[in-house]
Amino acid sequence: MRVHFTVNGRPQEADDVWEGESLLYVLRERLGLPGSKNACEQGECGSCTVRLDGVPVCSCLVAAGQVEGREVVTVEGLADFAKQRAEGGCASGACGTSLQNAQEWQAQGTDSQTGEGTELAPIQQAFIDAGAVQCGFCTPGLLVAADEMLERNPNPADADIREALSGNLCRCTGYEKIMDAVRLAAARQSQGV
Amino acid sequence: MAANGAPTKITQGSRTKGGIGESTLRPDGTLKVTGEFAYSSDMWHEDMLWGQILRSTVAHAEIVSIDTSEALAMPGVHAVLTYDDLPTDVKNYGLEIQDTPVLAHGKVRHHGEPVAIVAADHPETARRAAAKIKVDYRELPVITDEASATAPDAILVHEGRDDHHAGHVPHPNIVHRQPIVRGDVASARERADVIVEGEYTFGMQDQAFLGPESGLAVPEEDGGVHLYIATQWLHSDLRQIAPVLGLPEDKVRMTLSGVGGAFGGREDLSMQIHACLLALRTGKPVKIVYNRFESFFGHVHRHPAKLHYEHGATRDGKLTHMKCRIVLDGGAYASASPAVVGNASSLSVGPYVIDDVDIEAIALYTNNPPCGAMRGFGAVQACFAYEAQMDKLAAELGMDPVEFRQLNAMEQGTIMPTGQPVDSPAPVAELLRRVKAMPMPPERQWESSEGADVRQLPGGLSNTTHGEGVVRGVGYAVGIKNVGFSEGFDDYSTAKVRMEVVGGEPVVTVHTAMAEVGQGGVTVHAQIARTELGVTQVTINPADTQVGSAGSTSASRQTYVTGGAVKNACELVREKVLEIGRRKFGSYHPAWATAELLLEGGKVVTDGGEVLAGLVDVLEGETVEVEEEWRHRPTEPFDLRTGQGNGHVQYSFAAHRAVVEVDTELGLVKVIELACAQDVGKALNPLSVLGQIQGGTTQGLGVAVMEEIVVDPKTAKVRNPSFTDYLIPTILDTPTIPVDVLELADEHAPYGLRGIGEAPTLSSTPAVLAAIRAATGLELNRTPVRPEHLTGTQLSEG
Amino acid sequence: MDFLRPASWEEALAAKAEHPTAVPIAGGTDVMVEINFDHRRPEYLMDLNRVGDLSEWEVGEESVRLGASVPYTKIMENLRAELPGLALASHTVASPQIRNRGGVGGNLGTASPAGDAHPALLAAGAEVEVESVRGSRRIPIDEFYKGVKRNALAADELIRAVHVKKADGPQQFSKVGTRNAMVIAVCAFGLALHPRTRTVRTGIGSAAPTPIRARAAEEFLNAALEEGGFWDSGKIVTPSVAKQFADLCAAACNPIDDVRGTASYRRHAVGVMARRTLTWTWESYRGARRLTEGAA
Repeated sequence: MRVHFTVNGRPQEADDVWEGESLLYVLRERLGLPGSKNACEQGECGSCTVRLDGVPVCSCLVAAGQVEGREVVTVEGLADFAKQRAEGGCASGACGTSLQNAQEWQAQGTDSQTGEGTELAPIQQAFIDAGAVQCGFCTPGLLVAADEMLERNPNPADADIREALSGNLCRCTGYEKIMDAVRLAAARQSQGV
Repeated sequence: MAANGAPTKITQGSRTKGGIGESTLRPDGTLKVTGEFAYSSDMWHEDMLWGQILRSTVAHAEIVSIDTSEALAMPGVHAVLTYDDLPTDVKNYGLEIQDTPVLAHGKVRHHGEPVAIVAADHPETARRAAAKIKVDYRELPVITDEASATAPDAILVHEGRDDHHAGHVPHPNIVHRQPIVRGDVASARERADVIVEGEYTFGMQDQAFLGPESGLAVPEEDGGVHLYIATQWLHSDLRQIAPVLGLPEDKVRMTLSGVGGAFGGREDLSMQIHACLLALRTGKPVKIVYNRFESFFGHVHRHPAKLHYEHGATRDGKLTHMKCRIVLDGGAYASASPAVVGNASSLSVGPYVIDDVDIEAIALYTNNPPCGAMRGFGAVQACFAYEAQMDKLAAELGMDPVEFRQLNAMEQGTIMPTGQPVDSPAPVAELLRRVKAMPMPPERQWESSEGADVRQLPGGLSNTTHGEGVVRGVGYAVGIKNVGFSEGFDDYSTAKVRMEVVGGEPVVTVHTAMAEVGQGGVTVHAQIARTELGVTQVTINPADTQVGSAGSTSASRQTYVTGGAVKNACELVREKVLEIGRRKFGSYHPAWATAELLLEGGKVVTDGGEVLAGLVDVLEGETVEVEEEWRHRPTEPFDLRTGQGNGHVQYSFAAHRAVVEVDTELGLVKVIELACAQDVGKALNPLSVLGQIQGGTTQGLGVAVMEEIVVDPKTAKVRNPSFTDYLIPTILDTPTIPVDVLELADEHAPYGLRGIGEAPTLSSTPAVLAAIRAATGLELNRTPVRPEHLTGTQLSEG
Repeated sequence: MDFLRPASWEEALAAKAEHPTAVPIAGGTDVMVEINFDHRRPEYLMDLNRVGDLSEWEVGEESVRLGASVPYTKIMENLRAELPGLALASHTVASPQIRNRGGVGGNLGTASPAGDAHPALLAAGAEVEVESVRGSRRIPIDEFYKGVKRNALAADELIRAVHVKKADGPQQFSKVGTRNAMVIAVCAFGLALHPRTRTVRTGIGSAAPTPIRARAAEEFLNAALEEGGFWDSGKIVTPSVAKQFADLCAAACNPIDDVRGTASYRRHAVGVMARRTLTWTWESYRGARRLTEGAA
C-alpha cells in the first residue's frame, strides 16, 4: 500500500508498504530517517519514541497505515521543532505544534562530518554537556520524550522527570547523567539561556 | 555504490587544552543526539537483501532432516543455506575453543541454535520463508545442571573433544576446571573460632544492550566481502569469519558501525558469518537485524552459578581460611567459559587477606543457553557469595560488617591465593571508609504534604503501598576485578597516529581498531593525542581492520591498553617531529640539543617553557605517521593443579553502600541510594568515569532485584526472551548514585590509570542484597531476589 | 495482509461484517507487538484511528460513556473524579508512550487477565457497548470475560464504548509488578465503595484465567459493614473484618505459576492489596463523611 504523511514538516510518501510494517520501519528503511531506534519493537524501551500529532508514542507500535495524513516529528527534526517552538513565543510551552506550524518548517541536514556547528535543541545540547550519552542508542527516544515533558512541565521535580522518562530504557548510564541533563535543560530554559 | 551509513572520520577541536584529566565531551555526541550517528542496524544499501535465521525450537535434538524446497520456491527469496552449503571444511567457530557450528550439523545443543539462513527482498518475505523450512528433530534428554552433566550415563554435549582443556578436565561435560590451593586449610581451620558456610545461587543475567545484533555484508568485486558490524573486537571476529568463508583475511574487510552497547555480549560472533555467507552466495548486500526476541538467543549470557563457600575467623575477627567450590553453567558452547573459570577461581577470595585457601571452579557444558562474557566476568558471581559470607561472619562475631571487612582488607603487597603479589595500590579499607562516610539519604522521602508519593515507594507507580510494611535496610559490599586479559594471553593493542598540517593548523589523526561501544574510548584517544602532541584538532578515524588489532573492548582494558598504544604511538610521533625540528632548526638554538622538549599549544617548547618553533613550521608539508603495537606487562597461566601463577596484570576495586526500602508484606524493593567509592588510578575523563561507575552500578542493581533469564529445567528452553519479561531497571527503579572517586596511581599503567568499567558491577549486587537482608532479616542466598523469596511464596501451590 | 481504513463507525461495522477475521487496531499496543514478533498474521488489519468518536467521552448523570480508544493518558488527566479507580489503573499502564496510545477498548478486546483496566471496571461496575451491522448491545462487565484471552464479542462485533458508573464513593487500584514502572501485572486488585447502595465491589487481575470479582469477599464485607453499622458510624473497619475480607479475596483467586510469579505469591499479594485498598478507601470514606458532617 501507499502511505502519505508529514515527517519533520516535510510531506513524505512511502510506496509498496507491507501492511504489517510499523511507522518505525517506514521511517528507518523507507524514508532514510534511522534516528528513531529499533531496540525492542514491543513498546518496552522507548528508543523509537516520536511525536505523532504532537503526542509521544512508540513508533514501533503504530501501523504504517495508521499515519496516513498525520504529522510525525522524529529526533532528526527535534532541533528545528524546538527552535520553532521558541520562536513561537510559547512561554508556557503548552501550545505544542499546530498543523500549520509543523508544515512550515523543514529538517536541516548537517554537512559537517562531526556535526559540530549543528544547531541543537536545548535538550540535545544538555545531553551532550551533562554526559548523558554513552552508546547513544536510547538517546533519540529519550530526547523526544524529555523535550515533550519540558514543554508541558518546565520546572519538573526529580520524581516528575523519572515518571515521564520511565518508558525509556537506558543500559549504559544508570540514568544519573540523564537526570542531570534534563535538570540542566530545565534550568537553562528557565534562565532563558 | 557505497553503503549508506558507513562511518566517517570525526574531527574534534577543543577550546581548552582538552587533554587528559579534563571532562572533554564526546566527539560523537552531536551525531548521537541528532540521530545522524549510524548504528549497525541503520546501515542501508541499494538492492540490499534481508537475512533471517531459522533457530531450533528445542534445546537438544538430532536433526533428522531439513527441507528447504518450499522456502526456496517463494518469490522474493534469493538464498536458503544450511550446513551443507558451507563453502569450506571450517564449519565451526569460537573464541577459544572452536566448538560452535556456523549452522547446526546433525544436532542442536540449545534452544535457539541457528539451523538455516534465508536472504530475501523484504524482512517479512525472509521470515515467511524461514517459517517454511521443515526441520525434523528427534529430541534428546537435556543436560541442565551439574548432576545431569556428570551422571555416569550422561550424554556428552560434545563428543570427541580435542581442545586444550579436554585432557585435564574430570568429565567431558566440564569445559574447564581450575583449582587453587595455597597454605594449609586443615590447620588454619583449627584456629577458627567461628566457621560459616553458605550455598549461593546466581541467576542468568543478560547484557541487554539496547542496539540489537545487526550488520550489513557487501560483496566486493575482488570476490571478498565488506562487513559493517557492531562488535567488541574486529580482529577476533575476522580470525573466526575468514576461514569459514574460505577467504584470506585481507579479503574480508571489517568496519565498525555504531555499537548500541555491548557489556560482553558482542565478544562472540552472532550474525557476522551468516550475513557474509548470504552476501557471497547472492552477490548482493545482505542486512541482518535481530529483533529483541532473537537477541536473547543471539548472544551469550552471564554464567549462572552455584557457589559453596566456607570461611573461618578468629574471635578477634581475623579470617583464617576459605574453601569454595564454584560451578558455572557454560551452556552448550564454550565461548569464554575457560577464562571465566580462571577469573572466578583466582578472584574467589575477594579483596581480603586469607593465606589458607582451597578453591575449585568449573564450567559445565549443558543444553542451557551458552554463557560467556559479561561485565564482571566470573568475578561478579564470586563477589555476591563472598560478600554474603562476610556479613554472616560479622554477624556471628558481633562485629560491624564494615569494620570486619576493613580488618581483613588486602592492601598493596598482599599475596593473592595464586601467589601473585598485589603490586599497586589496593585501598580496600579506605574505599569502605569513604563509602560509609557519605551522608545518608533522609528517611521517608516519599512523604509529602499531599500524602505518599508512590513514585518514591516500593512498587512505584503501581500504587501498592502508601508506607505500609515499608522497612529500610542498609548494606555494604566491596569487590576486586582484574583488568585486561590474563593467564598469559598476549594482550596488546595497535595505534596508528599521524601528524600533519591541515588548513594551516597541526592536526593529529588517531586510527585504531578499538570498538567504541559507548564507553568513550574515542573521547580519551583525542585527549591523549592533545596531551602528548600539543594540538587541539584531533581526527578519530573509523575503526576497521586496515590497522592492527586493538584487542577487545572488555575486561576494563581499552583505556589501559589501546589508550596505552595511542600514548606510545604519540610519543614516537613526537620523537620524529622533534627529529625534523632538530634537523631544520637545531642550529638556531642550543636547546634543541640539550633541553627536554615538549609539544604544547601547537609549538615545540622546552621544559622551561621557551618556544623553539611552531609545529606548522617544523612539519611544513611533511607528514609524520607511526603504527605500533603496545603491550602491558606479560602475565602467566595458572598452574592447572595448584592455581599458582602471576595471572593478572592489574586489579580494580570498588565499594558500595546500598540503602533500600522494602515492602516486607509484598516483597517489593525500592533502592533509595547506591553510593559508590572507587579507585580509578587516574581519571582521564572524570565525566566518563562517573558514567561508567553509575552504569555499572545499575547493572548490578538489576541482577539484584529483577534481571534473570529463566530457563525451564525440564526442557532447557528460555521462558522470557523479551523486554516484557526480562526486566531491566527503569529510571524509576534506579536510585541516586553518589560517587567518591579516589585516584591512587598504578605506576605500571599509562598515566597511572586503572581500568574502571567492571568493578562497580561487582559490589553493587551484594550491597543491595545485604541491605534487603538488613530490612527483612531473611538469609537470601540467591540473586535476583524475587518478591516470592521475601514473602515465602516461592513454592507452587498444592 | 490487507489494511482496512474505515472512515466512520458505520464503515467499520460494514467492514467487520464483510471480514469477520479482520483484527481491529487502534492504539496498536497489543496488535503491533504480535505482528512485530511474528505471532500473528491476520488477513485484515482494520485501523480504527479514523473513527473520531471512539476517542471521545461523555460524562452523564449516572455514568461516563468512554469511547473505546480514549487513551489512558486522557482518562488519568480528565476523569480522575468520575472514574478514580480506572484513572489509577490507567496510571499503572506500561509507560507514558503506551498510555498515550492505548485505551480500554484494547484491554477488553485482548481480554488478557493481565489487562490493567479490568479490575477497575469490575469494581466500578460497567457495561461494554458493542455493535455490529446487526445492531448494538450492552454487555455487563461481569459477563464479558469468557476465558483466557476470550471475550463475549461475536465475530462481526466491535467495541464502541464502555459505560462506567460514576464513582459515588472512594475507589482504589493496586498492582504488583517486579519493577517500579513499565511492568505487566503479576496480579492486580481494584476496590470501589458504593455508599449509595452500601455495597462494595472488587476486581482481581492476573490471578485467574479471566479477570474476576471476589464475590464471597464482597458479600462478607457488605454484610459486615451493614451489621456493624459502619456506613452510618464511619467507624474504623476492625482488623478482623479487614483480614477476613483479604482472606476471601485471596481465596477467590485461581492463579497459576508462570515466569512472572508463583500462584502462591499471587494469592498472597491479592490478600495484601485487598486489605490495603480497603483501608485506603475506607479512610477516605470516613474523611469525606467527617467533612460532610462538619459542614452540616
